[in-house]
Amino acid sequence: MLRIESKQIESKQTESGQKVTAGASGQTGYYGMPVLKRPQWTVEVPLYFFVGGLSGAASLIAAVGRMSSADAQLIRHARWMAAIGGIISPALLIADLGVPSRFLNMLHVFKIQSPMSVGSWTLVAFSNSAAATAVLGEFEKRRPNSAVSVLTDASQIVSALTGLVLSTYTGVLIGATAIPARNEHVSTLPIHFAAALETAMGASIELKSSPGTKALRSSVSGWAMRAAGLLSGPLPLALRLLSLRKSNTRERGLRRAAAISSVAGSLLTRWAWVHAGKVSADDNSVPLRLRSSIE
Amino acid sequence: MSVTAFLTDSTLCIGCKACEVACKEWNQLPSDGFDWKGFSYDNTGQLGHSTWRHVKFVEGGVIPGQGGNSPENFSWGFSSDVCKHCENAGCLEACPTGAIVRTEFGGVYIQPDVCNGCAYCVVTCPFGVVERNRADGRAFKCTFCYDRQKEGLQPACATACPTESIKFGEIGELRQSANQRLAKLQDDGFTDVHLYDPQESSVGGIHAFFIVRGDPKTYNLPPQPEVPTTYLRKGWISAGIAAGLMLAGTLFAFGKGSLR
Repeated sequence: MLRIESKQIESKQTESGQKVTAGASGQTGYYGMPVLKRPQWTVEVPLYFFVGGLSGAASLIAAVGRMSSADAQLIRHARWMAAIGGIISPALLIADLGVPSRFLNMLHVFKIQSPMSVGSWTLVAFSNSAAATAVLGEFEKRRPNSAVSVLTDASQIVSALTGLVLSTYTGVLIGATAIPARNEHVSTLPIHFAAALETAMGASIELKSSPGTKALRSSVSGWAMRAAGLLSGPLPLALRLLSLRKSNTRERGLRRAAAISSVAGSLLTRWAWVHAGKVSADDNSVPLRLRSSIE
Repeated sequence: MSVTAFLTDSTLCIGCKACEVACKEWNQLPSDGFDWKGFSYDNTGQLGHSTWRHVKFVEGGVIPGQGGNSPENFSWGFSSDVCKHCENAGCLEACPTGAIVRTEFGGVYIQPDVCNGCAYCVVTCPFGVVERNRADGRAFKCTFCYDRQKEGLQPACATACPTESIKFGEIGELRQSANQRLAKLQDDGFTDVHLYDPQESSVGGIHAFFIVRGDPKTYNLPPQPEVPTTYLRKGWISAGIAAGLMLAGTLFAFGKGSLR
């Protein structure tokens, strides 16, 4: 008698740590092997997303501060933060490249359809204009209302505008990829990255139940995402509310703690998105439209 | 100079891996190391920076009429995987250096002297083909034997294939012969044969199509591959909203301050 054996589906791990299942079929894919490749970015990249985003925002603060004639010291600090961030950012990106000396190859072409290309050009424009603004600003202090002022303002506008792109394009960069956990959230990722709204976005991810979201909720990236949401939203809010009630001596400390919490939250958010991409790439169920992806 | 393609017919493949070896030989690719995958006879696992042809081994249990004539024998399915050389290639669109180009033969080629190792192509390939060589730093994949094609030769894998499972030729003619082969197989009673050539997806067709028996998912061929440029519009709209919110927030903060 002929007998058709149906093999039990078991999972095990290969030496390189990939999960494989015992069978290859329309239900399991090819032994559970990933369809996609894991993102190969190192820790420099989420760090760059953070530093770049922060310095872009600093430049915006300096520009708006200037427009509304805010405290000169605040504007000066914001300008230098933007300038220094504009130096650290390309350094981080170059460190991640396989061939660092070929960073300049990014500037041979401009491709509007490549967020990486748009980002590289934006970063170059931002770094140069932010540095120019900070340096010109120092000269301007000695000679107010001169030609230097006009130059300072001009480069300030350029760096604020490119800074806005720098703070938000990274969401498009990682969203417009083949990784399900990212491309399913492409229309919220840049907003998630643009500081402030992180808690609300984190909550919406918890509620959404598309197949690729699994990677965002599972294990390490899930906890990092939740912790980041807590650090960037409710915790600073609570600390700030507390600072209103306490005596003046404690107020400053609480406000500082709130600020540090927000900053840590947004750094952790970026790391969590990059990590979730690796988990998502390993899962063959979404690209193959397998039934287990609907769970 | 005609536009060319691969037709990989898994109904003719005997799993000899001559294509893998020929590819490594011609392109001088490094070893993948001895990593035992622990399933079937496939220890290569997947395509990568040093593997541009990969024979998949599907052990199907005892199925009458498949794989040999005696009832004790396992059924085998072999299929040699390769870069799909997409019509709308995610890697090519995403490459910020212009290193990835379309050749005169319609293939997608990474110029190794221009690639700077940003690895963005790795995450934008819907088939998981491109990989960065961590030691070298740059990304590599099948070149469609661009060097051989320029000299009028066939790619190394197609030349080495002993059963003509890997066919190479002008894309229109090859599609036609793929359909003829499909019809012939169905006439012969192989009702479960499929031609994998996702022309309806945003990838817009590929230059390496496959004839397989059973569900193409068995061979990790995604039913609806998408080129990631389709997500750009949504992404940039969101970035615009995010930038607007940042600007509004900053204006609001300073506006309140100056009223004080």
